[in-house]
Amino acid sequence: MHLHGTALWTLHPALCTLHYPMIETYVIPLLKILVLLNAVLVAVTYMVLLERKVIAWVQVRLGPMRVGPHGVLQPIADAIKLLLKEDITPARADRFVFTLAPIVSMVPALIAFAVIPFDSEITLFGYRIALFVADVNVGLLYIVAATSISVYGIILAGYASNSKFPLLAGLRASAQLISYEIAITMILVSIVATAGTLSMVGIVKAQLEAGVWYAFIQPVAFVTLFIGGLAETNRAPFDLPEAEQELTGGFHTEYSGMRFALFFLAEYANMIVVSAVATTLFLGGWLRPFPNVEALSFLGFVPGWMWFLLKTFVFLYVFIWIRATLPRYRYDQLMRLGWKVLIPLALANLVVTGIVKVLL
Amino acid sequence: MLEAIVFYTLAAFVLGFGVLVITARNTVHSVLFLVANFLCVAVMYVALAAEFLAVIQVLVYAGGIVVLYLFVVMLVNLKAIPEAHMDPRRRSRLGFIVASAILLEVSAILVYAARRADAMPLPAGGGDGTPMTGNTEIVGWLLYTDYLIPFELASMLLLVAMIGAIILARREA
Amino acid sequence: MPDSIFETSELVINMGPQHPSTHGVLRVVLRLDGERVISADVVIGYLHRGIEKLCEQRDWMQIVLITDRMDYIAAASNNLGYCETVEKLMSLEVPKRARYIRTVLAELQRIASHCLWLGTHAMDIGAMTVFLYAFRERELILDLFEEYCGARLTYNAMRIGGLPLDIPPGWDAKVRAFCDILDTKVNEYEELLTHNRIWRERTRDVGIISGQDAIAIGLSGPALRGSGVPRDIRKDEPYAAYADFEFNVPIGWTGDTYDRYLVRLEEFRQSVRIIRQALDGLPEGPIIGKVPRLIKPPAGETYHAIESPKGEIGYFIVSDGKSNTPYRFRVRPPSFCNLQALPRLVKGHLVADVVALIGSIDIVLGEVDR
Repeated sequence: MHLHGTALWTLHPALCTLHYPMIETYVIPLLKILVLLNAVLVAVTYMVLLERKVIAWVQVRLGPMRVGPHGVLQPIADAIKLLLKEDITPARADRFVFTLAPIVSMVPALIAFAVIPFDSEITLFGYRIALFVADVNVGLLYIVAATSISVYGIILAGYASNSKFPLLAGLRASAQLISYEIAITMILVSIVATAGTLSMVGIVKAQLEAGVWYAFIQPVAFVTLFIGGLAETNRAPFDLPEAEQELTGGFHTEYSGMRFALFFLAEYANMIVVSAVATTLFLGGWLRPFPNVEALSFLGFVPGWMWFLLKTFVFLYVFIWIRATLPRYRYDQLMRLGWKVLIPLALANLVVTGIVKVLL
Repeated sequence: MLEAIVFYTLAAFVLGFGVLVITARNTVHSVLFLVANFLCVAVMYVALAAEFLAVIQVLVYAGGIVVLYLFVVMLVNLKAIPEAHMDPRRRSRLGFIVASAILLEVSAILVYAARRADAMPLPAGGGDGTPMTGNTEIVGWLLYTDYLIPFELASMLLLVAMIGAIILARREA
Repeated sequence: MPDSIFETSELVINMGPQHPSTHGVLRVVLRLDGERVISADVVIGYLHRGIEKLCEQRDWMQIVLITDRMDYIAAASNNLGYCETVEKLMSLEVPKRARYIRTVLAELQRIASHCLWLGTHAMDIGAMTVFLYAFRERELILDLFEEYCGARLTYNAMRIGGLPLDIPPGWDAKVRAFCDILDTKVNEYEELLTHNRIWRERTRDVGIISGQDAIAIGLSGPALRGSGVPRDIRKDEPYAAYADFEFNVPIGWTGDTYDRYLVRLEEFRQSVRIIRQALDGLPEGPIIGKVPRLIKPPAGETYHAIESPKGEIGYFIVSDGKSNTPYRFRVRPPSFCNLQALPRLVKGHLVADVVALIGSIDIVLGEVDR
């Protein structure tokens, strides 16, 4: 077993050539992880504000305005409020699992960020730093694996509440997640077939070589991934399991305070992961529009990671826009869509991709 | 040296979680320990440079199959642990003898396999010179060429199981 | 597969009385088989205030105030029904100007009530933005009413024999402006919902009731018209000034939720048409007829119904000719009778449809319980 080799392949190859191996192997990755975690947690908290503001503006309202100028400090006020709330656990609920469920919901969303490439390489204080924590050569599968672990959070939340309605709602929600995972994974296989690699960085580089974003080569996959992503993150129009208008409050009925907040932060974190994955796979990650056209090279003044964030933001905005506009599907219609529409579409896309790859 | 530390720690975790699976009082806890077990096994795969297997282990086994175990456990809702050791029909002495016999046989096979000097080598490259760089590519190549028939048979088996489950659960509307 | 191997038991779920989607304090006890509703038991009475008994102890003018509180979403319609019933009992004639303004008020109430219905129904099905758009229009109507009579919800806007107040100067221009706005807004609602695939899947073929069944149960209003029965009291037995106006009555085909939705949406447009005609043809004249100082209808009984936004609201009043108060005051509330259809509508549907169906029938608990 070449363990030493495997420890280093998680880092960017270029780093091995620098002068101070200690800093490269330990300090920089640690710093990257710290920065990324903090950035993600702040982003997720401010997603709450973004959603409230965007939905408010769609609904001819203003949204939070009081706390801070234009409500900018609202998420902080919400966080403080939730932290100060009484910690209620239902009687005869399984305490260990009750506390575990929100953690199991949140952690996979956070660790999925480890393989998302924000940019290829930037130079900072004389070090060439790659803007991703790890370039795992099964990066895409790693993200899918992480999201499949987050299903446990919902099931355990439903179970731990010791009440039949959250249990049933939790099982329903997780059935929805598992079904749409299949469609998403098949789409990802088509992309892997097009790009020839499972590594996230490799896929962006493949788009650079092809000279065009995969959204134009694989439009069906793009749309299907987006719809599947909506369903995976329990967002409208697929948010029946957590809708308040339904009889049962959903799997998080018995949760209050910070645990409740963790579920919703996990949902937003999942949204950001799905947006980031869609950006990397279909919109060229950190590449500027028309990456091979020389005439537009002035766009290169905008750094790659800014393009990445911009594209991810567009996806997040569309997520929120859809929530404000569309009614929600009933559960059986939702499952029918996943199994009878998206999976055949994804399969067909895969077959066509295979044929095209062989012929061209 | 580092390899040994990593391996033994992981092995301890795997075995520890395995024991906890059997001894946990609550069925749901038991399933959760099983998940933890699988995750540790996935880390062992990573240590073996079989990263594709590791991710598939998490994705399929821990993230799919055990989820279904959990569904069943929650819906069946076992409250009391069945008191198996009170069952008068148990033949513990015969069971003990049979179990030891099987253990001896398995150990014999392991020792024999470890003694064989020539292990089967994995092909370093594909048949037509396709660059094989990682675990994923090698597994994929083998699965769809040398082991295509077993692969298709396994898919058929899964399909039959799925259809069977649907028929069993279907209501005569 | 023999059923005995897989035994399933019925699940009884209680919905309400406190629930975000029951539009008031309504309790529905559902028996479920898995996800399908086997039966629904509607429990009402949480908002019962004894209105009918209260009215027996109020004199004829004071009752107008109380009728406001029944269907509090379209209060002026209640007032209109009551005043017309007493006028019928007393054989009073209401001057033409009063009748025209009453029609305008009643049609504004229809629009306001349908705005609330649309908002809450859409929100129950998940389209939360329509709620705010519809309430934006309802606010405009409430502003109009506030300018007219000073109140936003319970108007006390009519008197026996006519109206207490004439329209303020400039009011009819504002109403016309509102009508223009509403025309564009109804198109907006249509764009958001009518052809939306998700909306159609949620409402098509959900809660079908045939015309015959609807008549047998006693449905009225848009719920009845959605099943194809062309009954509208404004056309069949015109009251106020409806005989003078031209308007269409939308009828549905299948009797499902989608048809009821379309019927009410079209009623928006027809109400605007009526309002415009009424304002155009508004005659001069007194706004209250020759009414004795002390209202004491002769002994007798009468029943008079009008087309409120929810359906046929009927008043059965018995006067004994001697006292200042009615002997018996009975209301035939449309929501109460329409609600009887709920158990039949939800049978066989999924739990998520129950909420859509309650919204589709369009009830207001103040009327159901009185």
